[in-house]
Amino acid sequence: MGLLTGLRDSISRAASSLFSEQDPKRIGIYGPPNAGKTTLANRIARDWTEHGDAVGPESHIPHETRRARRKENVEIERNGKSVSIDIVDTPGVTTKVDYTEFLDHDMEKEDAVRRSREATEGVAEAMHWLREDVDGVIYVLDSAEDPFTQVNTMLIGIIESQDLPVLIFANKIDLEESSVKRIRNAFPQHETVPLSALEGDNMDEVYDKIAEYFG
Amino acid sequence: MITMAEVKTPDDTDGVQIDMISAQRMEGLTSMEKIRIILDGVREGNIVILEEGLTPDEESRLIEVTMTEISPDEFNGIEIESYPQSDDDGGSFLGRLMGKDSAPNKLTVIGPADQIETLHKDETLISALVSRN
Repeated sequence: MGLLTGLRDSISRAASSLFSEQDPKRIGIYGPPNAGKTTLANRIARDWTEHGDAVGPESHIPHETRRARRKENVEIERNGKSVSIDIVDTPGVTTKVDYTEFLDHDMEKEDAVRRSREATEGVAEAMHWLREDVDGVIYVLDSAEDPFTQVNTMLIGIIESQDLPVLIFANKIDLEESSVKRIRNAFPQHETVPLSALEGDNMDEVYDKIAEYFG
Repeated sequence: MITMAEVKTPDDTDGVQIDMISAQRMEGLTSMEKIRIILDGVREGNIVILEEGLTPDEESRLIEVTMTEISPDEFNGIEIESYPQSDDDGGSFLGRLMGKDSAPNKLTVIGPADQIETLHKDETLISALVSRN
């Protein structure tokens, strides 16, 4: 990118943040498969939208979410102020998809192949959204798993290169093997918020941080 | 476009081919040319080692193109490993202004997902097991 283009982009980003305070920010929920992204998106939607509709179905089988889904105008109220965001639940990002892994979940080959094809399309779509269409990122990790993976490192690097505000959510703190410290150590440059989207643990801090970072 | 076509490929498949690609060879190529070199090599079952890694934007496109090429029973995707970028890489004000898109200078290993398995990874060591499939 040339210096002038860089300057122009910086100025236009600054200008858009000055002049579009009222527009809801599109916040992408990213992370590896099975981190609990949809569970989180559903909890936010249930807590803050009138009808409390779910964003999408939750499942323990990887790649349940194979299309990016957007929930618009989610109003989160914190400290007397209201923050409006669109939440975008995205398919879990990976560099590989093997349909035979779905066969272990009692799936017929035809269904497994279809699921893997949809999953690959979903990951490509998620990457496209990240480059073009989100204003901030919630990066969700399963705190019972090793965060030191290449996908996490690459995704955080990609998010940082776009200068997007990012919050890391250490999910599944209800699990015995959970370690929030391990995640903080892996990404010390970013704020890490512990939570259990499934159990609703620590959601007050979650909403405080969302309002602070994306409001 | 530069390809690896001039590289002699072995007639038998007893071993695993490793392509170590210098920064000089990648210099001046477009993102898609780099991605093509990597994926063409990996889809032939080779391990590709880049002296200088990809930029975040190129990594993002590599994931996207890889996904479009995955095909059941033929290509399951890639395994990619590189050292995490340290905090002082590209973190300068000018770096941010320029979109931090400068070359990250990190050795990167890429291989077919069903042939390479990462055994251990930390800030300074990547240990991987490569099989012939």
